[in-house]
Amino acid sequence: MTFPSFTLLAQSILAGIFTGAVYGLLGLGLSLSWGMLRQINLAHFALAFLGAYLTYQFATYGGLDPLLTLLVIVPPFFLAGIAVHWVLTRFQVTPLNSLLVTFGLTIIIEAVLQWIWTADYRRLESSYAEHKFQIQGVYLPLPELITLGLSGGIALAIWLALTRTDLGKAIRAAAHDGPIAAAFGINQRALALVLSGVNAALAGIAGVCIALSYTLAPSQIYSWIGVVFACVMLGGLGRPFGPLLAGCIIGISEAITMAVTAPSWAPLVSFSLLIIVLLLRPGRV
Amino acid sequence: MTIDRRAFLAALGATGVGALAHRSVFAQPSGAPIRIGGTLALTGPFAATGLVHKLTGEIYVDDLNRRGGLLGRPVEWVLKDDQSKPDVTRTLYEQLITSDKVDLLIGPYATGSILSAMGVAQRYGKMIVHHTFGIPKLAKYDRQFPAWSFGPVPEVTTPNLVLDALAASSHPPKTIAVVTSKFPSVHFVSLGAREVAKKRGLTEVLFLEWDFGNRDFGPIAGRIKEANPDFIWTGALGLEGNQLLDAMKKIDYAPRNHFYHFPAPGPMVKAPEANGALSVTIFESHPPYTNNPVAARFVDEFRARATKANMPETSVDTQAAASFSAWQVIEAAVTANKSMDDKVLADWLRANTVDTIQGKLRFNEQGNFGDDLNRVKQVQDGKWLTVWPKDWAAPGATLRSS
Repeated sequence: MTFPSFTLLAQSILAGIFTGAVYGLLGLGLSLSWGMLRQINLAHFALAFLGAYLTYQFATYGGLDPLLTLLVIVPPFFLAGIAVHWVLTRFQVTPLNSLLVTFGLTIIIEAVLQWIWTADYRRLESSYAEHKFQIQGVYLPLPELITLGLSGGIALAIWLALTRTDLGKAIRAAAHDGPIAAAFGINQRALALVLSGVNAALAGIAGVCIALSYTLAPSQIYSWIGVVFACVMLGGLGRPFGPLLAGCIIGISEAITMAVTAPSWAPLVSFSLLIIVLLLRPGRV
Repeated sequence: MTIDRRAFLAALGATGVGALAHRSVFAQPSGAPIRIGGTLALTGPFAATGLVHKLTGEIYVDDLNRRGGLLGRPVEWVLKDDQSKPDVTRTLYEQLITSDKVDLLIGPYATGSILSAMGVAQRYGKMIVHHTFGIPKLAKYDRQFPAWSFGPVPEVTTPNLVLDALAASSHPPKTIAVVTSKFPSVHFVSLGAREVAKKRGLTEVLFLEWDFGNRDFGPIAGRIKEANPDFIWTGALGLEGNQLLDAMKKIDYAPRNHFYHFPAPGPMVKAPEANGALSVTIFESHPPYTNNPVAARFVDEFRARATKANMPETSVDTQAAASFSAWQVIEAAVTANKSMDDKVLADWLRANTVDTIQGKLRFNEQGNFGDDLNRVKQVQDGKWLTVWPKDWAAPGATLRSS
């Protein structure tokens, strides 16, 4: 093993933070859904890729700036999230069954993506990709900086909303003890619908970020599931900053592993971290 | 390289390989159809390439029927979707043999699925011709025939071919970095590349392996930049090559000479940072390959149908050519023997050669592989062009090195 140069180490840490930002953004909606609604929503990943493909479509063929596609994507995703939650509650789907139902939904969305955009690889060519900053030999690409900014900003906004607003406090109360919250006049069902809409909108935002930095293929939905679940579990359910922090820890640990040793060891490090945390703090999930 | 047209057509006639010839010469087929069964990855992660094989098969079967079918009977292709899953492939080949009762088998796409299909074919003693099997040493069944002809030891011949090409260039490399996915079909060739490079006196400055499915190529790009080799051998499959190039671009590193084993041809040729990237091929849509009239007509037909199907890639390259060759092998064997007996056909194939659009195939070495018909291609100004050996190079194309 040869120790990497400062530049390589710094670049790798940055790469880890950037990757962690995507993990965090993808994990945020999942964490809120699991922690506060008791629904394990696998379709979150499929929705994110639907968002990514829509970004690709609007930007490539509609001439829209990729970031402006957020205005087109977020509202219908919010409504879609409400619809999915309504169906799950209407049929009283348990947390375990929600995993199965949303897995089925994931397969349906994947089939739709493949039907519309085929299984071929799609790459969003945007002007953002051409911009990067350089500090002391270390590069900061603009698309990744945008993702980091969005991930951090949204986590902060959600945290503020949950801790500083009456609506947020009501959501937390309903998640903590629904019957008692209802006794205090909180409309648990309406709040759950709003939160589901927000979670789906978060998937749409994550999709825009994925489209900015990654090449798209429908089957890649599944390649994110393991590591993002690890981030959600490491970060703690329902905690806005949890997935982002855990994502950065996993991203950095993977990147440093790749910079110092064999890149094929990187997944071992992240999942070993998860096992250690679960063993040391068994009540985390 | 020049091909004597008359001699070529005579050879086609002799082997029954008249693919894509004019319909008016032939009688229309009649009687019960000959059913050729197979699966392809029409959905799932391999579907992008699976659809290339589907289109190729449709073109071939349509043309075969226009030319009178096989043994005067129409040909029906019984195609099922294996969803890119080897376990599903196994079940479907069982169905094809026992329930659909197909007469002949053609292979699925990709090594894992072909291995599954091969096991089923072996159990029933069926011959199977396949087009995309990547690991010759695993091809143990004597009635399986690979139509992608890269020789029995690609871990030796492929690196030697590429390093021969670079050695003959204006900037022969002295140092090499071997970076590779651990995906089986590319991994063993990358390990072979290390050995071959060592024997040829190149200094290895970096060796890295990553798990297939890796998303973050930033640190790998960083290590390549630090090692700064004259030549990078990349054991990359599909998008991995693009992902690595993208990561290198983000840190302002342009590799001098770089090779990718199984790149996604479309995305790579479209990426500006891929200019100069090397790979191997058995066929490209340019002369001298298209001096073969069958190949030329296939290239035109493929382009027309792929455009109509809104496929992003409309050129014939390795995948489509291997697929076309598989159909040519089946047609040649059946026509020469006037039989569909699996043993008769298999025995004939092992004892004879078949003219295909990638060249003459033989099936008498390890795993029924024959000659290594790989050539070296390079991305030059947004096009894949064959650059080595010189007699297979696109008109005016030479290997660009730096």
